[in-house]
Amino acid sequence: MTATVPATAALALGDDALVLSHRLGEWAGHAPVLEEEVALANIALDLLGQARVLLSMTGDEDELAYLREERAFRNLQLVEQPNGDFAHTIARQLYFSTYQHLLYAELAAQEGPFQPLAGKAVKEVAYHRDHAEQWTLRLGDGTGLSHDRMSRACDALWRFTGEMFQPIPGVDIDWAALETSWLASVTDVLGRATLTVPEGPRTGAWAAGAGRQGLHTESFGRMLAEMQHLHRSHPGASW
Amino acid sequence: MATAAAPRTDRTPADGAPGATADTAAHQHAFDTAVAAEERIEPRDWMPDAYRATLVRQIAQHAHSEIIGMQPEANWITRAPSLRRKAILMAKVQDEAGHGLYLYSAAETLGTSREELLDKLHSGRQKYSSIFNYPTLTWADVGAIGWLVDGAAITNQVPLCRCSYGPYARAMVRICKEESFHQRQGYELLLALSKGTPEQHAMAQDAVDRWWWPSLMMFGPPDDSSQHSAQSMEWKIKRHSNDELRQRFVDIAVPQAESLGLTLPDPDLKWNEERGHHDFGAIDWTEFKEVLKGNGPCNEQRITQRRRAHDEGAWVREAAAAHAAKHAGSTGRTGATRA
Repeated sequence: MTATVPATAALALGDDALVLSHRLGEWAGHAPVLEEEVALANIALDLLGQARVLLSMTGDEDELAYLREERAFRNLQLVEQPNGDFAHTIARQLYFSTYQHLLYAELAAQEGPFQPLAGKAVKEVAYHRDHAEQWTLRLGDGTGLSHDRMSRACDALWRFTGEMFQPIPGVDIDWAALETSWLASVTDVLGRATLTVPEGPRTGAWAAGAGRQGLHTESFGRMLAEMQHLHRSHPGASW
Repeated sequence: MATAAAPRTDRTPADGAPGATADTAAHQHAFDTAVAAEERIEPRDWMPDAYRATLVRQIAQHAHSEIIGMQPEANWITRAPSLRRKAILMAKVQDEAGHGLYLYSAAETLGTSREELLDKLHSGRQKYSSIFNYPTLTWADVGAIGWLVDGAAITNQVPLCRCSYGPYARAMVRICKEESFHQRQGYELLLALSKGTPEQHAMAQDAVDRWWWPSLMMFGPPDDSSQHSAQSMEWKIKRHSNDELRQRFVDIAVPQAESLGLTLPDPDLKWNEERGHHDFGAIDWTEFKEVLKGNGPCNEQRITQRRRAHDEGAWVREAAAAHAAKHAGSTGRTGATRA
């Protein structure tokens, strides 16, 4: 591993955190219970902090966040998915935080440009994963209604989980092993939540690795329009 | 905690006191003595029903203001113009949810429940601060809220750190620390705009023009028409009159506006050498009353969003409760969230 920061990797990891943080920020004032206002904002803040470090490794954080267009973003399609109901948000959190925790644990354990960030962030991400798991259990093994909603949410997002294991250039880990661990963990949590592991494909012809190549889903452009509007309206201004 | 342990034995706990009617005078005396001695009243102490009711009303309204107050600021989270500002704003809105939690807990020590209080908010039987019925129309409003609205709140709330009711006073100590941090951040946001491009400066001035008068209204009606003031001051819930606090706020804000390079929208505002205070123009109390009655710019929108979040979250709270009930007694972490 060279000392220089692999830009593709910093953007991929940074964009994941940036975009998911934004989605979680949309929950503010809308959560089902006050404790979740605190928890979701807390996770969003952790992710935003990670995004700022990662983007700053390869350029100016604000230029990268606010002045790139949709096709230049390298985040997973999973993290840009709309919040949906609370179950969709939790399913997205379960899939992503499990992935991120496993990935950051690897990065924290090896020498390289991402080690300092991953070493710090892995503790935050462990909390995110725990939060998602606990809610998956509550919703899956709660009422009939919550079971159905959680089940639907897990199914709906399953198709976006394959792209997480497309190797990122500059991130030198065993991606196949990461995928195996991820599947085992998610299978275990869903089982304990009395949910079945979705049967659909995890990678469609279009979705496989698409976000990493700048191919996004339709809601993403609208999300960026909202996020970037003010910054773009005042070129060169400082805030 | 009461500062001195000894005088507490003079007071009788509320629970299990026999012959309550005969003892009322003695209880009242012990209560009055404790309040006069600047002692803290604690949840298990006897207190007059009216004192309890006043505190429930005031603490609940304060808690409701924290959670309704998340809305105008959350309105800008997804549009914050830099990642640094976005992080600051998210942290602030998160703090407000936390303040709501402290305050509902403080209110619960008086024998009510969060569920009951939220129900009163949603049905319009309890109020929240009138200020949150104004819209956030530009990014600068986030700064104006921090500087002026949080500034007014701090002026109001710092004396509450010495309030006679212990749980409320202790909640206020924590809340005031965080609020003054928010206020500095709001000031700093406006300063960046004021010293930025002409468009940014204009945005800051426009926001201050719109938020100045509503901020002055946060101190409540003038002293001669404030219903609860005298009694609250006697009970040492309240320490200063509405008009005193409003004057204090104006005197602090004027030099801050000058150093921000912004003006305040009041042609009558000027230093009065004799009084040693700033004179300022008349507040539009008709507007204030309309907003309180529910006819402000955002009253309908704020309460509708709050009700919707609560209603749409019902299945989540029910799931948590059902899960907790199924797994009660098991060693696994269930950690059900209270509705």
